[in-house]
Amino acid sequence: MENLLLIFEAPALGVQLVVEGILLGAIFALAAYGMALVWGVMNIINIVQGEWVILGGFVALGVSQAGAPELLGIPAAAVVLFAIGWLCYRLVIFRIVDRDLFTSILATFGLSILLQQLMNELFGSDVRTLDPGLGTWFMMGGMVSISQVKVLGFVLAGVIAVALTLFMRNSRMGQAIRATAQDARAARILGIDTDRVYAFTYGLNAAICGAAGALVVMAFTIHPYQGLIYTVRSFTIVVVAGLGNLPGVIASAFGLGVAEQFAGFTLGAEYQNAFVFLLLVAILISRNMLLQRQRKYLK
Amino acid sequence: MKSIKNLGLCLTSAAALGMAASAASAAEFDGTITLGAAVSLTGKYSTNGGHTKNGYDLAVERVNSMGGVEVGDKTYRIEVKYYDDESTPARGAQLAERLIKQDGVKYVLGPYSSGMTKAMAPVTEKYEVPMVEANGASRSLFTQGYEYLFAVLSTSEQYLASAVDLRAELAEKEGEKPSDMTVGGAFENDPFSQDIRAGVLADAEGYGMEMVIDDKLPPEINDMSSTLIKAKAKNPDLFVVSGHSKGAALAIRQMADMQVNVPMLAMTHCDAAQIIQKFGSDAEYTLCASQWAPSLSYSDDYLGKASEFAADFEAEYDYAPPYQAAESAAAVLVYVDAFERAGSLEPKAVRDALAETDLMTFYGPVRFDETGKNVAKPMVLYQVQDGEYVVVAPTKWAAADVRYPIPPWSERK
Amino acid sequence: MSEATQTTGAAVKTRKSMGYLAILIVSVIAPLLFPAYQTQMAFLWIMVVLALTWDILGGQMGYNSFGNILFFGVGMYVTAVLQVGLFTDVTAYNAAKGGEVLDPTLGEYLLGLGVGLGIAAIAATACAAVFGFGMLGLRGHYFAIGTLGLGIAAGEIAAGWDYIGAGSGMVPPRFPGETGAREEFFYYLSFALAIVTFFALKRIYAGRFGLAINAIRDDEDKAEAMGIHTTRYKAVGWCIAAFFLGIAGGIVGNIVGFIAPRDVAFAGVTYGVWMVLMAILGGKGTLWGPVIGAAVFHITQELFWTYLLGWQRVALGLLIVVIVVFFPQGILGFLREKFPERFGYKVQPKEAGGSADPAEGGAR
Repeated sequence: MENLLLIFEAPALGVQLVVEGILLGAIFALAAYGMALVWGVMNIINIVQGEWVILGGFVALGVSQAGAPELLGIPAAAVVLFAIGWLCYRLVIFRIVDRDLFTSILATFGLSILLQQLMNELFGSDVRTLDPGLGTWFMMGGMVSISQVKVLGFVLAGVIAVALTLFMRNSRMGQAIRATAQDARAARILGIDTDRVYAFTYGLNAAICGAAGALVVMAFTIHPYQGLIYTVRSFTIVVVAGLGNLPGVIASAFGLGVAEQFAGFTLGAEYQNAFVFLLLVAILISRNMLLQRQRKYLK
Repeated sequence: MKSIKNLGLCLTSAAALGMAASAASAAEFDGTITLGAAVSLTGKYSTNGGHTKNGYDLAVERVNSMGGVEVGDKTYRIEVKYYDDESTPARGAQLAERLIKQDGVKYVLGPYSSGMTKAMAPVTEKYEVPMVEANGASRSLFTQGYEYLFAVLSTSEQYLASAVDLRAELAEKEGEKPSDMTVGGAFENDPFSQDIRAGVLADAEGYGMEMVIDDKLPPEINDMSSTLIKAKAKNPDLFVVSGHSKGAALAIRQMADMQVNVPMLAMTHCDAAQIIQKFGSDAEYTLCASQWAPSLSYSDDYLGKASEFAADFEAEYDYAPPYQAAESAAAVLVYVDAFERAGSLEPKAVRDALAETDLMTFYGPVRFDETGKNVAKPMVLYQVQDGEYVVVAPTKWAAADVRYPIPPWSERK
Repeated sequence: MSEATQTTGAAVKTRKSMGYLAILIVSVIAPLLFPAYQTQMAFLWIMVVLALTWDILGGQMGYNSFGNILFFGVGMYVTAVLQVGLFTDVTAYNAAKGGEVLDPTLGEYLLGLGVGLGIAAIAATACAAVFGFGMLGLRGHYFAIGTLGLGIAAGEIAAGWDYIGAGSGMVPPRFPGETGAREEFFYYLSFALAIVTFFALKRIYAGRFGLAINAIRDDEDKAEAMGIHTTRYKAVGWCIAAFFLGIAGGIVGNIVGFIAPRDVAFAGVTYGVWMVLMAILGGKGTLWGPVIGAAVFHITQELFWTYLLGWQRVALGLLIVVIVVFFPQGILGFLREKFPERFGYKVQPKEAGGSADPAEGGAR
């Protein structure tokens, strides 16, 4: 309560919370794009999402250790993860495309714990971070600080959103993806190689996650067992936004980021996660009740 | 090229080691003493679980290469049987039982973190198997009347007590009342950090300081900006962070990013998180609670001086030993000492010998009180000064004066 | 029904009761023969209970819940709180700096445990009734997601609540008996719970209730149209699962000896997912499937933990992928497809594959 009053007394804090929330939300949004894409096109709930993010972070670390400029890690992570995602599709994911959602949840959960330990063995269990050498901007007399890496994440989220939209609308592959999402069998009859489409979609998802991971390692920290946070967040975002709704994903990602910041600030950091998940449950139930009421009208 | 050379080196040294070991076991040793340990090799504590295991391994290897343990008229080599508790207490208790009942282990080395130790202690106690632990600092472990639990480390409430004392001292020096000072804290929501919190709360209350921020950080934390914004808003005179390696790394990273200015910052696990290597000048001025420091003048026969241990450890594992590794190595030495004094391998006899431990190690003196915690060794408080950990408190060990206050970020390079 | 099938039915029946007897004898004797493995065997029975109770909704009713761990955790905390609360102040006991010690006599301990488990069952059931009202309206994967959120939120709330020790966790009172008695006691308790759960579910599935929830699985709208109060059945099904899970939670809290909110009580990523996997591995929607699945999963997992140290989760992950991808119908489903006659299906020579009915055929 006392903390809530503080926001009104010093509006700059409120601004800072919103800014942090949106910048955090941008990174979640990146992870959520791919989840929405894979869910919508392939009908797969991809629990291994967070591990792709963390893996992207490790790739970025590797790039900088090889002596390349840190920021090069972002495209590098995207490219490497695209390849890994494609490979992963060819090995496992293609077997679960036609199955129910539930199968995909469990299979990708298996992949996720496998990857966690694999990363732990390969890259070590250290908490890692990477300094991109960017600074911080200040506003409102130093009360509000904006880290430039996070702004970069924000810009990247925007750029990728626009690029994705254009890609889906105009390119051959994008059209094939949309056709497959609408009706895979019809697409196949029309000569679209749906298998290739799926592989590309999954690779694209991993690539976006990889870029997000490179940003995470620059703005926060990574650890082999930290992926679950990003899975759960992107999952929440997609559920709230609904499928095939890119602006919705962005809006709900920002909403989630800001809600988390305010919950952490006013209720204390220990209730930050509880608040988010209760919000998720509340949204699901209320939406369901709304639907039921509509159904009654129809009757 | 370098890696190939390294590999070659590894191979030759491994071969040499293997030969030495087989020769030694044939010639010198009359048997093997197996110590059991369940440590977090995977999961959220895997960073420090690794430090713990490396500490155990280094000490065991050293003891064996120096002739093993003499018990009565026989010499034994030691080995450690490891399990992975995956950082979940549900596993820890079962593994303790498995070590004791299935593997027939008669002496247990502690796991990493207070939570895991809390899960294992009731089991070792029930089976009257001694457990010498090096990484469970929560006081809640020592109020249960456990007779077989021995901890070589100082308990949680001592970690940041000297930081609070220092805060009060500096306030007085500046002509302010300690009771006007405010304290902000962010503590991970686990048994260790929550006991740190209880300690800080009690110390702050002792000086009449006000606790203006009191957040519990979730263990799988990825962002603590909401807590740091509170720090910005309330400007505490002392800000403390306790959240294992992840919390320490994240706090430094985000405080630098968000340019949160506090006159004094104290935390735990600085060296385990390697904040100097990772953050360079951003880590400057941070006060770090530590069980041990390489610059201390303690020494023993096995691992030499504190600084020698640090050098050997770095040569073996390629990083400077955080205190978690040092205290783990010390736990092995405590066992060796107890075996030799007991003159028998009977768990009860070893337990009694452990209770009477009065040992100097490279890590510091070890003497247990009746609850089993080490009361002989003080904590130290480092400050990061010019890229080095420099001990600033307690006065007896201080190598330099504390640098205070931390200049605002705008004035730092 | 012809005479021939009746006699085979009778033969199956005697064979079955012989089977039950054999399992009973082995289960009673095993802990005495291998005392070192008592806790692992106790966990085997707990796993059986977890898989069986998950299957009520997940298998028989077609509602995949990821939040059943909620009842497990509630049961665990309620039991521990009562075990302590009957004799002393819970807040003081749970203080982060180390609270008071509770050394109950055997009588006190049993009283605390008995009352604790009883209330735990009731509390968990009440939880299921309350949440069931809101959650069970959700369909398909939204139900799965909603329950997942519920399970995680519960863990987070428990981790913030100082009364039950918050993130520091809670230690149930020490078992007062002699060394080794604790494991034996909890083994037989878990065993009893598993047996009771099994036969209770067997009985329930055989009656009207079983038919009704199967109808909901097959087509909920039609079932509703046929006059089944689907919401009521769904809620009751969840309550039954919660009842047994609450007790299981209470027992596990005492076996483990340390209750951490996220890692032991509301352990969604371990027990929460395992219960689903075990049911699927064995064959969901059958009575024996979860039992077999639990046994196979638990044993495999213990072996991985012992022999593949450092890689155990890689192996487990691979195993999960293989199970889900290649044996989605589970061990029992796989066998039924291969040997339908063994399951009491009559296979016409021309139209093979009498496995259309996914429910357990032979046991009825």
